[in-house]
Amino acid sequence: MTNVPLELDTHFRAAAAEEGLLDVAYDLVESPLGDLFVGVSDRGLCVISYEADPDAEVERLARNFGSRVLRSPRPVDPARRQLDEYFGGERRRFELDVDLRLARDFGRTVLEELGRVPFGEVTTYGALAAKAGKPKAARAVGTIMNRNPVPIVLPCHRVVGANGSLVGYAGGLERKETLLRLEGAILA
Amino acid sequence: MERVRIPPFESFYEDHKDPVFAHLRRLLGQGAEDAFQETFLRALRAYPELRNGRHLRAWVFTIATRIAIDETRRRRPTGELPEVAVEDGLPPHAELGPMTDELPPKERAAVVLRYGFDLPYDEIAAALGSSEDAARQAASSGVRRLRERSKQS
Repeated sequence: MTNVPLELDTHFRAAAAEEGLLDVAYDLVESPLGDLFVGVSDRGLCVISYEADPDAEVERLARNFGSRVLRSPRPVDPARRQLDEYFGGERRRFELDVDLRLARDFGRTVLEELGRVPFGEVTTYGALAAKAGKPKAARAVGTIMNRNPVPIVLPCHRVVGANGSLVGYAGGLERKETLLRLEGAILA
Repeated sequence: MERVRIPPFESFYEDHKDPVFAHLRRLLGQGAEDAFQETFLRALRAYPELRNGRHLRAWVFTIATRIAIDETRRRRPTGELPEVAVEDGLPPHAELGPMTDELPPKERAAVVLRYGFDLPYDEIAAALGSSEDAARQAASSGVRRLRERSKQS
C-alpha cells in the first residue's frame, strides 16, 4: 500500500483548519509538566489536559463540540507560544480567547472570576466563591476547579485552602506546587 | 437498518487516508496529491450531514473516484482520448462519468472503476469495502441499468 506522504498529510491538516472546517483543532504541546493536550475551537481555547489519552480526549471533544475534530498544529500555535513563554518566565498573563460554552451559570461565573486572579498570587476557594456571588459555595468552587477545562491559562493552581494548604489539583498536587513555585507564590 | 455512530473525523481520516491515497495513485498516478486533499476537504464539508457511519469507506472512495474522474476529464479533453479496450462496446472512461450520474453510488463506482479505469474486481471490492462478488454484482447490475436506460431513450 502506498502511504500518504507526511508532507501531504500536514498540508491537508493545515488546509482543513484554514478553510474553517473544524469544530476543534488540537495538538500536543510540550511543557515542563509533560505533554499537554491542547484544543482550540472557533471561539478559542477549549481544552488543556494533562496526561491525556488522545483517543479518549478526541471522542469527548467530538461529543461536546461536534464531530470534526482533527489534529492540526497551526491553530494551536498561539497557545503553544504563550505557554512556552509562561514556562520560560517571560509571560505573566495569557492573551487567549477561551471557549467556555460547556460551563453554565455559577460555574461560568466562577471560571471568569478565576481568570482575574493575578500571576504570583493565591486566593482561597471561599474567597473565589464570594467573588462569584455565593460566599458559602467554597465546596462547589472546588468541584468547578477540578473540572476547569483550561488549567494553567485559567489559573486554578492559584486557589488554595483557607489554611494555606494546596488541597487538590486535577493534574496532581506536584504540578500545582511546580506552577506556584514558578510564579514565586511559594518561596520555600 | 441499525445506525452506526459517526466517529470523530480524526479517526475516520486516520482509518482511510492510506487506502484512499493508494486508490488515487492507481487512478491518477502523479497528481494524486491534489485529488487526495480535495477528497478529504469535501468529506469534511459533508461530515456534519452524515447520519450513519456504516458505509464510510464506500462513501469516501466514491468521493475520491468522482474527483479522479473529473481530474482525468480535465487532463484529456474529449477527442484526445486514448482508445481504451472496453467490453460490450462501452465507451472509454471519460465518457463514463456523466453517463453514470444517475446510477446508485455503489453501482456507479463499480462501473466506472471496472470499465473506466480497468481495475480488477478485488481492487474494486477493496475500494467499495465489499466482497469481490458484491463488486462484480454492482458492476453488472449497473451495466444492465445503463443498457435499459439507453433502450428507453
